[in-house]
Amino acid sequence: MDYLLTEEQIMIRDLARQIAVEKIVPVRAELDEQNKFPTDIMKAMAQADLFGIYIPEAYGGLGKKSLDFYIAIEEISKACLGVSTTYAANALGSYPILLHGSEAQKKKYLPDIAAGKKYVAFGLTEANAGSDASGIQTTAKLDGNEYVINGTKQWITNGGEADIYTIIAITDKSKGPRGASAFIVEKGTPGFTFGKKENKMGIRASSTTELIFNNCRIPKENLIAKEGMGFIVAMKTLDCSRAGVGAQGVGVAQGAIDECIKFAKSRIQFGQPVTSFQAVQHMLADMQTQTEAARALVYAVARMMDNGAKDFSRASAMAKYFATDVAMKVTTDAVQVMGGSGYMKEYPVEKMMRDAKILQIYEGTNQVQRNVVALDMIREATRTK
Amino acid sequence: MNIIVLVKQVPDAAEVKINRETNTLIRDGVPSIINPYDLYAIEEALRLREKHGGRVTAVTMGPPQAAEALKEAVSLGVDDVVLLSDRAFAGADTWATSYALSQGIRKIGAFDLVIAGKQAIDGDTAQVGPETADMLGIPFVAYIRKIEKVEGGTMVAERLMDEGYDIVETSLPAVITVVKEINTPRLPSLKGKMKAKSLQVKPWTAADIGADPDRIGLKGSPTQVVRIFPPAPRGQREILSGSIEDQVAEVARKLKEQSLI
Repeated sequence: MDYLLTEEQIMIRDLARQIAVEKIVPVRAELDEQNKFPTDIMKAMAQADLFGIYIPEAYGGLGKKSLDFYIAIEEISKACLGVSTTYAANALGSYPILLHGSEAQKKKYLPDIAAGKKYVAFGLTEANAGSDASGIQTTAKLDGNEYVINGTKQWITNGGEADIYTIIAITDKSKGPRGASAFIVEKGTPGFTFGKKENKMGIRASSTTELIFNNCRIPKENLIAKEGMGFIVAMKTLDCSRAGVGAQGVGVAQGAIDECIKFAKSRIQFGQPVTSFQAVQHMLADMQTQTEAARALVYAVARMMDNGAKDFSRASAMAKYFATDVAMKVTTDAVQVMGGSGYMKEYPVEKMMRDAKILQIYEGTNQVQRNVVALDMIREATRTK
Repeated sequence: MNIIVLVKQVPDAAEVKINRETNTLIRDGVPSIINPYDLYAIEEALRLREKHGGRVTAVTMGPPQAAEALKEAVSLGVDDVVLLSDRAFAGADTWATSYALSQGIRKIGAFDLVIAGKQAIDGDTAQVGPETADMLGIPFVAYIRKIEKVEGGTMVAERLMDEGYDIVETSLPAVITVVKEINTPRLPSLKGKMKAKSLQVKPWTAADIGADPDRIGLKGSPTQVVRIFPPAPRGQREILSGSIEDQVAEVARKLKEQSLI
């Protein structure tokens, strides 16, 4: 399929692909096995300017938009979803500053983020708040010129590795979701520590930890937007990042197909390559067609966002859940086509299948995405009656 | 610290075939790349710039399409490029090439260091580095595997030898050639690629660099290629296998058989 990419988008794709092939593929199994953060790969990606794609030129970035960024995510995801999660979580953590930060906050943080000198993490989820973002219990109380933060964030990607954390905490319990606010907390601030590194089923190259705040005092300038805006900051952030998770799905699905067809062509059973059997051919055709449909949807939503659409919650939710459901199905089928070999760690598809599962869960489960889509449909039907 | 890197555009060795009748390389349709050893030179120049500041200029002599090699250098982070391109340069051997490069370097102006790869993978002569140094009248050190320090107009570096290495100190400016042990070349950056895409490379001609017409191109090349032939095949070889003891015994037996021991 030809998606009529610009010359610069093709440049981004080719460079991300080069990094994936030369720097990620050779070490992905080791990173997975050893639960190891991809420090060297992140450095190579920073040097290649991949961290600055979506950041405006005024803050040291390339000033590109969602599609350009998703193209990079897709290529990295083809090679390793653990690395791509680490990479994409930077954007997730940066969006609160990018979308709602003050000029001073943008000037202070975005150039280092664009250069890949500092990594970012987004802290929303807690033990009792995930899909239900209104269950947040972490609090922030203004005390003089400082906010005092208390509470624990859970399952935070880039936890411990990031230098900058954008978190959501409650500033006024009585106001419900309107009592939440967004803050920037820097690593090394007294009272801010990390819990143990989680031992995960997949995306094991990414770091996932708790963020623990114990009377952690931050300057009041670190409030993003205004008090009470936290829930909106979080929702707008997730609206922007969600379709990017779809791009991860497209990438891992394509990566699995590429591995699987390479294997199937040379795997001889009953005296012929297994690709000569119609049962396998139909599986391959379905895998590629579903992946292509997912890619078309993700790119369409990205273009809609990039052309200034105001409300894209429904569209980005569709792209997220469709593409990641496809990713789960396609990676599972890739293992099936490869049979016993697919199940072994000598081949990368078992890892891709384990990795793909998280895409249906994080940044809003695929069930919640369906709620978003359905509620928006119902609202629209009510309005136009 | 201003650094000049000498680069050469070469055919991609992985794709080159040999014409068995003329014993020359078939270059048609073969993609061109930067000589791989020059990538280490570029990387080292960029690292020195990161440490000491200044500018990095890539220089090449070649046909107009050699501009592509310079653009690749820009995508890696090189600041400026110079393309020496003129029909009068055609047919140059290493001596005439080094003369043209040295004239180009003089025109660029003040510099602290010239870095080149240890040799090019097409000609494999390893002559252009030292000849250029000679023509510039400055010191030359080959096979650098590590630059230890650059300070107060001198440089200390490790020169790779067949066994071990030498520690060499040289005054600057100097010309050095580097080996692949020195670093791991970086990949291009997006900003570099975008800069390279819009870059217009205006060639410098023989007249621009004030080159003596008798010292450039075929006319300025003392090298004469009399005949091109593949080297004689090596004598018969045999690789032994088995335990070390068995292999040693077998070697001893064979040497005795030939009355060599």
